[in-house]
Amino acid sequence: MPELAERAIERELTFAQAVREALAEEMRRDPTVCIIGEDVAEAGTPFKVLSGLVEEFGKERVIDTPISEAGFTGVGVGAAMTGMRPVVDIMFGDFLTLTMDQMVNQAAKVHYMSGGKWKVPMVLRTTLGATRRSAAQHSQSLHAWFSHVPGLKVVLPSTPYDAKGLLKTAIRDDNPVVFFEDKMMYKTKGPVPEGEYTIPFGVADIKREGTDITIVGTSSMVQVALGAAALLDEIGISAEVIDPRTTWPLDEATLIASVKKTSRAIVVDEGYGRYGVTAEIASVIAEGAFFNLEAPVKRMGAMHVPIPFSPPLEDVTVPTEQTVFEAARKLCGKA
Amino acid sequence: MSPLTDKGKKREAKKPDVKRPEAKTVEMKKPETKNSNGMKASKPEVERSLRMYRRMLMIRLFEEQVNELYTRALMPGLAHLYVGEEAVAVGICEALRDDDYITSTHRGHGHCVAKGAAPNRMFAELLGKEAGYCKGKGGSMHIADPATGNLGANAIVAGSAGIATGAAFSAKHKGKGQVAVCFFGEGALGQGVVYEVMNLAALWKLPVIYVCENNMYNEYTHFLETTAGDILSRGPAFGVPSESVDGQDVTAVYQVASRLVKRARDGEGPSFLMCNTYRYTGHHVGDISREYYRSKQEEHHWKTDRDPLKLFAEKLIAQKLTDAPSLVKLEDEVRAEMKAAVDFAIAAPYPNADKVEQDVYA
Repeated sequence: MPELAERAIERELTFAQAVREALAEEMRRDPTVCIIGEDVAEAGTPFKVLSGLVEEFGKERVIDTPISEAGFTGVGVGAAMTGMRPVVDIMFGDFLTLTMDQMVNQAAKVHYMSGGKWKVPMVLRTTLGATRRSAAQHSQSLHAWFSHVPGLKVVLPSTPYDAKGLLKTAIRDDNPVVFFEDKMMYKTKGPVPEGEYTIPFGVADIKREGTDITIVGTSSMVQVALGAAALLDEIGISAEVIDPRTTWPLDEATLIASVKKTSRAIVVDEGYGRYGVTAEIASVIAEGAFFNLEAPVKRMGAMHVPIPFSPPLEDVTVPTEQTVFEAARKLCGKA
Repeated sequence: MSPLTDKGKKREAKKPDVKRPEAKTVEMKKPETKNSNGMKASKPEVERSLRMYRRMLMIRLFEEQVNELYTRALMPGLAHLYVGEEAVAVGICEALRDDDYITSTHRGHGHCVAKGAAPNRMFAELLGKEAGYCKGKGGSMHIADPATGNLGANAIVAGSAGIATGAAFSAKHKGKGQVAVCFFGEGALGQGVVYEVMNLAALWKLPVIYVCENNMYNEYTHFLETTAGDILSRGPAFGVPSESVDGQDVTAVYQVASRLVKRARDGEGPSFLMCNTYRYTGHHVGDISREYYRSKQEEHHWKTDRDPLKLFAEKLIAQKLTDAPSLVKLEDEVRAEMKAAVDFAIAAPYPNADKVEQDVYA
């Protein structure tokens, strides 16, 4: 059963409010949690996700930095090693390129290289997603890069409920966690319980149950998958929508079990398809449910182009409800 | 390699012009002495001097063994020796508390020893053994040890600048007066993250000291070919006080480090210290033919006229804090200690292959 269907939750929050609530609750609970990043204090980030936190926690814990992504990410790594639990804010996922040495050579490797002696309990929050008319350097979804690196965990919440529960888990985790938020989703509302709850990593959520085809969606593509599933329902195809929620650790068992049931699968992710998250998940499904498959696993991701500015160009670069619907219909032999 | 003898100098073209004195007595002299200011040296000062000499000697003879292990093909990977730079690590770390932090570099054995690491576990790590500081997973370039505040050696030249600054950030937050020292070579001045974190550290008044070990060579290239302008002008542009010191003079390094450490502990923020020093051997042990980037005369000059152990030994003897025979005995003792540490490492078991997936995640 989808997790939320099991509980009747009255209150609704936006995705941004859910993120903020998770941070506030963890900062109240643990004085070592702090936020480091560009325009995180009074500005509350350009997306206003952090509005109000500096008023409650002060500038000692909600810390504005210069525009020095490598520098303050490195500070986050060192602070995490020495007793803090920093939440480093990288405004746009595209700026992750500037943090790569700190994340890949430092954060990801410190624990292993030190034989398990040092640990890096740090969260790096950032964004992904196109269609905001921000062009090629503010629109990429680069979570596959980090999913590729041993030592990092990668989280992709798709609802306000998941955002709060997963972020709390991320902050309490003793490893470096990269937490991607779809910037188009910040104003999306959804039920969020008040107070304490966490969502474990490596546990996929079945967002909708179905029997004919499995649509695996991540982050921004979960709503797309659910929209496609509704369209498929109208033509008599029952789609199951699964959200892995974390690309590492990855809940392979839930993915395989679903496809064993449905025997068809589409994987939809907003990162680039080539060598991407969809490739990995398709491979997991192919290896784990090969003899149950009635059709090849279909992958859908961003087109292999830099994200263009012009709206008619940008809109065709990412999967939509309609394109996923069409692909699913074809896969089910009803095209 | 040795300050007083020609042991370990198998491949050097010229030997230092120092004869091994005959061993007459083995006792350290008692402190009926005067320090460099002509004042009578106090007991702690004498102890400090002898401790610093011993640490420098440990590093020198540690590296002698590393060279031996490497050339006998007993050591996997690469070995970047710290020989010639001993006074920097020892002078700086002497000014630190046990709970202060350091970050180190690919040429990091000296920093680890100076901060208090045990040679046997270091050798074990160099040989990839389970008993090593990192269970064999880090090796020569990544020794780390929380017990001595060693946040780890880093094989990205400026890779630890962020970590050291972050440790200083924690230190300030915790308010226990800890400081962080970031050791890096002059080659790291080419990586921009150094300047990003210096700016941050200055803005936030973090207790961090950026220690630039200028051994003059970015691998195989003289630093003047890679470094424009004036190194010491860079820090002041961020409001970070910067100075240089003779990195072959351990007392001078210790004195300036003490001042900068006190400054950091007192909440006055970061500083930058350039220690002018020299790498006696190649970029790594295999870098044997070096004439294309530096002359044998230059190497000879540093080894004979600017050797940090020799200079300090002469000073200690002149101040009557010790005598030549005592230093010879000490050298024999430390060499035996290092040999025992190597024997421990050679005899230690490798990790089982099933440990390969352990420690990826905490």
